[in-house]
Amino acid sequence: MNSTEDKIYFYPVWLRIWHGINALGIILLIVTGITMNSGFEKGLIEFGLNMKLHNFAGAIVSLNYLVFLLGNLVTSNKKFYIVKPRNFLKRPMKQAYYYAWGMFHGMQTPYPLSEKRKFNPLQKYAYIMVMYFAVPLVIVSGIGLMFPELIFNQVYDISGVLITAVTHSAMGFFISIFLIIHLYVASIGKSPLDNFRSIVNGWHHITKK
Amino acid sequence: MKVSLSILLFFLCLSSSVRTQAQYYDTPKEHDCLKCHSQQTYSFHNELMGTDDKKLMNPYYIIDTLGLREGVHKQFDCTDCHSYDYTTYPHNANLKLEPLATCLDCHGGDESFASYQFDKIQEEFQKSVHYQAYGDNFTCAKCHSQHTYTATARNSNSILEIVDYSNKMCLSCHNDMRRYGLVSGQENPALIDVHSWLPNQELHFKHVRCIECHTAVEDDLMVSHNIRAKEEAVRRCAECHSENSLLKASLYKYQNLQERAEDGSIIGVLSNENYVIGSHQIPILRTISLLIFFAALGGIIIHGIFRIIYKK
Repeated sequence: MNSTEDKIYFYPVWLRIWHGINALGIILLIVTGITMNSGFEKGLIEFGLNMKLHNFAGAIVSLNYLVFLLGNLVTSNKKFYIVKPRNFLKRPMKQAYYYAWGMFHGMQTPYPLSEKRKFNPLQKYAYIMVMYFAVPLVIVSGIGLMFPELIFNQVYDISGVLITAVTHSAMGFFISIFLIIHLYVASIGKSPLDNFRSIVNGWHHITKK
Repeated sequence: MKVSLSILLFFLCLSSSVRTQAQYYDTPKEHDCLKCHSQQTYSFHNELMGTDDKKLMNPYYIIDTLGLREGVHKQFDCTDCHSYDYTTYPHNANLKLEPLATCLDCHGGDESFASYQFDKIQEEFQKSVHYQAYGDNFTCAKCHSQHTYTATARNSNSILEIVDYSNKMCLSCHNDMRRYGLVSGQENPALIDVHSWLPNQELHFKHVRCIECHTAVEDDLMVSHNIRAKEEAVRRCAECHSENSLLKASLYKYQNLQERAEDGSIIGVLSNENYVIGSHQIPILRTISLLIFFAALGGIIIHGIFRIIYKK
């Protein structure tokens, strides 16, 4: 704990600020989004306010997404998202096996984190899916719903608004599921709260070989 | 020569009879019945007093002669349905007590009217509040005047005309204290007031038929005749305004643009309170999303329990 060699400064300040805004924004979006999608008229907050909060939070998270893109473009953080084609499926499977079985049977983590590897393969794939697929789609469909004149009228017999709304809420749903798993997996660390401290102070404990 | 003369006579008779049929009601003043029943007054010789009397016609017995010429039964004469004894004048008072022919006497079980499904209509009608309140006294004619009826819903291309024609049938009693009282025995409710909860009431009344909300829809019947009790009427906006996604989509776009027209600033756009339900309006997606959610939660709980057991 005291020695610095088993800690790595994984999360620079810009990334922690981005992550913090993103976390709060997305939690707000999920809560208000579920309220709208389910039509709970009597929620914690008044329904009209609920929608305004969703719109504002959506705009902030969208702008924040530009920070994420820009940050990855100009810093070396992007290299952590590069996927190697070799053992494309075998690597995440190995990590999944470790989570499901190995970690309870004295197995060492198959992909220990280091300066070169910030994410294990499963984590990397999940982050790529969320940050480069689900979030862009939710932003684009959200802009569509805010400016419905931009939406195509209909595809065959299905209205464009319906397709956009379903895409928006389906992607929002996947992001919600990601968040639940993300929070749970984050509790698998040196101690259950250790990784949460890391994303606040920037230092990540790594497992010594 | 004899043969050709008889053929000529035959065609003359035929053409004159066709012409007479088509022009039954063209000149009401010359029609035996309509010369009184299209007028406000009628005259007769009072044998008891030896005077010529002139009286007011019962307004319910004045026939709309223009409507009669347009109606589906225009080719029939009055005595095809009403007793032939009405041809004597003054009419015998007892004739009123004789039963009139009902619609199903002609239209029931007849293949040529099969597409109109009169029997199915009768079956549905007998479930309706009208039949339950008034029984067989509530005849088809209470809504469908045999004298002037036209099959507007089948023949008109104008929604507004169809709506107007249909709603006037309801309003002929529901907006008329005397006719309403005949069936219900009580005062009719003020329609504007009982529908005051309905947004854009006037527009709804012009563009939506009463039966749209007040009947149990039967998919195989063109116009549902099972008019239900008011408690069972559609009251939820979503039944019309969400299941048809095209209607909802156009409403959403419209409202959204309206609000932006009022306040186009960034704050205004973000403060827009319009929303549209996403995947939850599709039941299968809702089921799938719940399954995924509970699978993820279940996996986490089981994994968590193992971590506690193994102290990881």
